[in-house]
Amino acid sequence: MATIEIDKVSKIYHGGVPAVSEVDIAIDDGEFIVLVGPSGCGKSTLLRMVAGLETISSGTVRIGGRVVNDVEPADRDIAMVFQNYALYPHMTVRENLAYGLKNRRTPKPEIETRVAEAARMLELGPYLDRKPRALSGGQRQRVAMGRAIVRQPSAFLFDEPLSNLDAKLRVSMRGEIKRLQRRVGTTSLYVTHDQLEAMTLADRLVVLNGGRIEQVGRPLDVYHAPASTFVASFIGSPAMNLVQGELHGSRLAIGPALIDLGQAVPTQGPVTVGFRAEDLQVAAIATSGNASIGEGILPLRVDYVEELGSQRLVHGVVGDQAVTVALSSDAPLSGEMPVAIAIGRLHFFDAGTGRRLAWSGSEPHRTATAAGRLENVR
Amino acid sequence: MKRVQFSSPLLPYLFLAPQLAVIVIFFYWPSVRAIQSSFYLEDPFGFGSTFVGFDNYIGTLRNPEYLAIARFTAIFTALVTFFSLALGLLLAVKADAVIRGNAAYKTLLISVYAIAPPVAGLIGMMFFDQHIGPFVKIAAFFGWEMKVGLSYFDTAFAMITVAVWKQIPYNFIFFLSGLQGLPASVREAAAIDCRSGIKRFWTVIFPLLAPTAFFLLIINVTYALFDTFGVIDVMVKDKAANNPITLVYKVYMDGFRGNDIGGSSAQSVILMLVVFVLTVLQFRFIERRIHYT
Repeated sequence: MATIEIDKVSKIYHGGVPAVSEVDIAIDDGEFIVLVGPSGCGKSTLLRMVAGLETISSGTVRIGGRVVNDVEPADRDIAMVFQNYALYPHMTVRENLAYGLKNRRTPKPEIETRVAEAARMLELGPYLDRKPRALSGGQRQRVAMGRAIVRQPSAFLFDEPLSNLDAKLRVSMRGEIKRLQRRVGTTSLYVTHDQLEAMTLADRLVVLNGGRIEQVGRPLDVYHAPASTFVASFIGSPAMNLVQGELHGSRLAIGPALIDLGQAVPTQGPVTVGFRAEDLQVAAIATSGNASIGEGILPLRVDYVEELGSQRLVHGVVGDQAVTVALSSDAPLSGEMPVAIAIGRLHFFDAGTGRRLAWSGSEPHRTATAAGRLENVR
Repeated sequence: MKRVQFSSPLLPYLFLAPQLAVIVIFFYWPSVRAIQSSFYLEDPFGFGSTFVGFDNYIGTLRNPEYLAIARFTAIFTALVTFFSLALGLLLAVKADAVIRGNAAYKTLLISVYAIAPPVAGLIGMMFFDQHIGPFVKIAAFFGWEMKVGLSYFDTAFAMITVAVWKQIPYNFIFFLSGLQGLPASVREAAAIDCRSGIKRFWTVIFPLLAPTAFFLLIINVTYALFDTFGVIDVMVKDKAANNPITLVYKVYMDGFRGNDIGGSSAQSVILMLVVFVLTVLQFRFIERRIHYT
């Protein structure tokens, strides 16, 4: 068990292009941190620097308070789970699990106990004497997990461990990883490009873009108050609608629509407006054109509809800007339909930098209660 | 498997004929002739031959000189195989670990392989030349008066050195490509699991290289037994009699210099059997331990 402090860490490859620049993350003991971002955002590089598989160009990494910049990977007291499992193909499952312990001169009975314990936890008992090639993808994944668990390290590092699995297995393994991490309570750093995986696993998310941190926060905080248009479009599915608008006085113009914010507005002039697809509703025909208080009406011209079963995603345009609306599967559809948005659910971003603009009309989101629930689960 | 229908059942054999002809004419026919003539005592001038049964074999195996050469061949083959594999592997591991400018290292080490074998043999020979050979000079510096072609031990030493030296690039290429074919993440996982690089090599990397190593083992044994003929020839030709030679060279000496076709044929049949048995043993006892991924 240990904390991990990543302090102004940068990685600059030959040629001077920084893959990671000046990243700061402080990870608490036992915390599950997910690094998430599109490919090439530097998340894997950052993880590999913590593991010691990649040199650190500048900054320091501390594991359990000890600076590990120049410490060999084997001496950092970390265990890593790789995307393609990286099992030793010539060893049986048992040997795979025991290898790291054997090299650390763990006494034999101790190795046997720990291997048996991990095998029981991961239901690998029947496969201990098989070679990895005789295992399915999910079983290999569990062996890779087991190899990390038996070591009882200060920290687990996960490098996209689920991306080689099929969709169904991914969901169940996701749950299993979360459950195991809760049980052993080991500090974890997890890299993924899958925002859903990030949301479901993380105690805190670190959203990376272009080698820099966009936002750090609890999943629901990030979801409900994205710090930038990048985070807004990356976290959540379907992605948050982002449209160009203009603020004049207390009125917001989005294409042909005018919305009266009626309160202190965040800024004046051009602005990027964000709203979640699920925060939009079909406006009653009677009220179309004249919105009720605290609501804005957007005239949506429908392009196509995606049926998801539980809900339907209506893709269309407002003016000439694409907007997606998530409606219940029994909502009425028509080619031209006005949709309503609660003003409190609007997000504003600087039209130039894309950073979030605070404004007093923003509705307090549900994080408080949700976070409380999470706390109870732990 | 895709099945192709031929209009005539003979047509596929016709397509195979050129390849089969080459194999039969250049491989099977000489072997059959060798087996055949090993049972005859041939007149050196070609005036007929007499059937002598196993006399040629008995004579060969009872000949103390032949047995001495067989012993030398065994030692020679073992040393050449071991050192050319070991040095090839060592260079490959080192070249693989080079980070900056590794392309240059690899090209330089591989380019040696592009030199034609006879030329390489000749260059190797020059290393041990009595007058200009740098190895002779280095040996002299340490008080070793090297006389290749005169002293049995010195000749054997030079022979083995040149034979190993010629084979290293070949092994290097295979080991290097084998190393580069290993999944990077497995090596990284090993780096996290095991601190000692040497231990890591023997417990993870070498076992994964084993298929390559096994293939090279067979190739190198065959090389040491047969393909070193040129090196030996350059080294002992026109030299005093008491020089080390291998079985293959003895076959040549007795057959083409001594005109003892029957005895020479018997030797080559024995050699064939030795190689056959060796290969079977290698597959039987070594290949079983190999993990193919």
